[in-house]
Amino acid sequence: MIDWAWLSDHVPALLYRTGQHLYLAAVAIAVGLAISLALGVVAARRRRLYPPFSLVAGLVYTIPSLALFAALVPIVGLNMLTAEVPLVLYTLVILFRNVVAGFDAVPPDVQEAADAMSYTSTSRLVRVELPLAVPLIMAGLRVATVSTIGLVTITATLGDAFGGLGYFIFEGARRSFPTEIYAGAILTILLALGLDRLFVHLQGRLTPWERRGSDGASPA
Amino acid sequence: MPDNRAATIEFDHVTKHYDRSLEAQGSPGAVDDLSLTVPAGSICVLVGPSGCGKTTSLKMVNRLIEPTRGRILVDGVDVATRDLVDLRRSIGYVIQQVGLFPHQTIGENVATVPRLLGWPAARRRERAEELLALVGLDPGAYRDRYPAQLSGGERQRVGVARALAADPPILLMDEPFGAVDPIVRERLQNELLRLQETLAKTILFVTHDIDEAIKMGDLVAVMATGGRLLQYGPPAGILARPASDFVAQFVGTDRGLKRMSLARVGELPIRPAITARPGDAAAPARARILADPFPYLLLVDERDRPLGWLDQHTLPAEGTLSAGAVIPVSPQFDRRTTLKDALSMLLDADVQAGVLVDRDGRLRGIVTVGMVADWFRSDSGGDLPAASAILDPSAAAAARV
Amino acid sequence: MNIVGETVAWLTNPANWSGPNGIPVRFEEHVAISLVALLIALAIALPAGLYVGHTRRGTGVAVGIANFGRAVPSLALIGLVLPITQAFDPVNGFALYPTIFAMVVLAIPPVLVNADVGIRGVDDDVVQAARGMGLTEAQVLGRVEVPLSLAVILGGVRSSTVQVIATVTLGALFALGGLGRFIVDGIAQNDDGMLFGGVVLVAVLAMAAEGGLALLQRRASAASTGLPSRARVRGVAGPPLPDTAPYD
Repeated sequence: MIDWAWLSDHVPALLYRTGQHLYLAAVAIAVGLAISLALGVVAARRRRLYPPFSLVAGLVYTIPSLALFAALVPIVGLNMLTAEVPLVLYTLVILFRNVVAGFDAVPPDVQEAADAMSYTSTSRLVRVELPLAVPLIMAGLRVATVSTIGLVTITATLGDAFGGLGYFIFEGARRSFPTEIYAGAILTILLALGLDRLFVHLQGRLTPWERRGSDGASPA
Repeated sequence: MPDNRAATIEFDHVTKHYDRSLEAQGSPGAVDDLSLTVPAGSICVLVGPSGCGKTTSLKMVNRLIEPTRGRILVDGVDVATRDLVDLRRSIGYVIQQVGLFPHQTIGENVATVPRLLGWPAARRRERAEELLALVGLDPGAYRDRYPAQLSGGERQRVGVARALAADPPILLMDEPFGAVDPIVRERLQNELLRLQETLAKTILFVTHDIDEAIKMGDLVAVMATGGRLLQYGPPAGILARPASDFVAQFVGTDRGLKRMSLARVGELPIRPAITARPGDAAAPARARILADPFPYLLLVDERDRPLGWLDQHTLPAEGTLSAGAVIPVSPQFDRRTTLKDALSMLLDADVQAGVLVDRDGRLRGIVTVGMVADWFRSDSGGDLPAASAILDPSAAAAARV
Repeated sequence: MNIVGETVAWLTNPANWSGPNGIPVRFEEHVAISLVALLIALAIALPAGLYVGHTRRGTGVAVGIANFGRAVPSLALIGLVLPITQAFDPVNGFALYPTIFAMVVLAIPPVLVNADVGIRGVDDDVVQAARGMGLTEAQVLGRVEVPLSLAVILGGVRSSTVQVIATVTLGALFALGGLGRFIVDGIAQNDDGMLFGGVVLVAVLAMAAEGGLALLQRRASAASTGLPSRARVRGVAGPPLPDTAPYD
């Protein structure tokens, strides 16, 4: 059922599309992370802003990605922005909540001790709160990355210039050529699963203080 | 340059109101016109029920809270005029939940302020290890661990080490031992007192526990709800003469016993015993005890160490005294035994008198229940001048021992 | 370019409310597809989650399945299954079955995870007491653990529902019915009114479903804890974390 000849012939194309896939995802995640960190810090400081942000985020999530991509075409044309803006938005929606939750998770006594030791608001944020928010932020990054990998496939609807590995899925379906569909689908799935595992590993590396549990320390 | 080891703290009519409209109506705020001075090198304990403003007052020293009115002076300088960062780096702060940074090792936590001050890495590490040892934690074992791996008591020791890292002249402690169990708490209290003997820092200590206040404080400030200072002075003075019914009640109905736990046998006047050695003539000895209101003979050996009691029934009318018939010696005390423990031992043994011995076990005198009661009744139990005159730390220190 | 105007015009145009491509038809299709997928997912994930939570066995497998289901992109799944189902049933096998398959995979993780974590979260003392009173394991699960964790379980259902409703639209790329068709057809025909009309309809459906389930969740929460219903329910369902119960 699988046309191996086709596969071996199209290795360069497969590699190219994989690269494109990763590139589109990486840009979205990087920009999304930057924005949600900024927004998250603001929302963590001013709690009143959080519910409206949260509501908007929930709403955006219900908008099918298809629509968002299509909606941008008349506005920005057919270019990187058309693909990236929705990708960034969806990433934002996931990451924002995690950033806020991450900052919320910093214990108040740690904040108080930091203040008393002369950390200013900014330095406390960067040197104390941010590192402690990392676990939850990483968890969000993991979900956002995987989700973005999936969404990139849908950018194929914008045309052949986009789509990453999704290109093969649509092309294959259009031509009723299973091999091509499988190439696209399986590679995408592998990419998603691989990155998922990577993030689990990264999270462990970045938070050594969580890995070590209490190891029966002596009393007092 | 002021001595880096300790600084004086002065509260000068400090008031804190959170709600200005309530203040205008005359409602009490969090702290109400607090004025007191903490001499350098002493431990001042702010004690009182919840809502009495003790923690608020503490936090105004390192400006985690700003006063509504009044000033706080450290070594004569208003803290409001000092650079905030500079001020906080010169004040150690220990809180109940400790607040260690979970993402840093113990060593890094302890070296926090030194790092902010720009100390080189080697010096920081050295200092961290020195402090860990000081608070009773093996540096090799603890330096690279994370806070989550430590018990509550260990974490608080690290908290104290961290506060002392830059050798600040002032230490602020807010119920530091409140989150650990009583056994650990007592150990930590004793260690802090021991540390203070070497370090001699000015410590402002907040607690709601009157027993802790009495134990730890050179000076105790009793505060009431509404942030008012009710009484300020050495613990013995507060116990002996509470300034109001509230203070008396807060201190507890057993304040007499508390007073006795602060006083030592060495403060009592020495009362000699009637003594004799084995082999001495019995008849003259018998005559001596019969003439005394306390008709007991204490047999001692050639080195003046007590062997036992002889009373009129066990002391023969003639012949010589021997150690065979003695009633075993009742409680023995030394000069440092607290009156409370002495009384307790006497009551437990159900005897009238115990013997006071020195370090070599030599008899110094006897201590009777009556003597303890006399001390109690006397007004000289911890008598000291009023709070405003407390500027001489040696007076406060002397009052404790 | 008055998008809002065009959308309103399209939504209010009676012509769009009748016929095989009309709103009611597409709406029904969408609901039906979503419902089928959800029911299948529930049939698989609920028993599995309850079992794992109650017996504390197989947690590792459950974690693995949940991670897999969360990571795998839906479009890829549709693509993967398409050639197979197409071979069996050229008509429905092209779009319907693959979409349902992908939606089932999408819907399983939140339900599975929440059921497991919810059951495990029930106060141990209560469970022990129930056992002590002579309830069978099935009764303990059914009469004690499930009612007490209903709010959490419903949270998972809620999350799955919203995601499925939004993602069923993908099927339209393969000529499936449902509200996604308005989006796809709107793109193809350059009809912004249709495009955004479809978006609005999907959003409305999703929010209605979420609202209904949120209400149920609140009631369940109140019933199990006796606390006022607002107290326990966690925020708006939306992106997966942290609304669904955390797993790692």
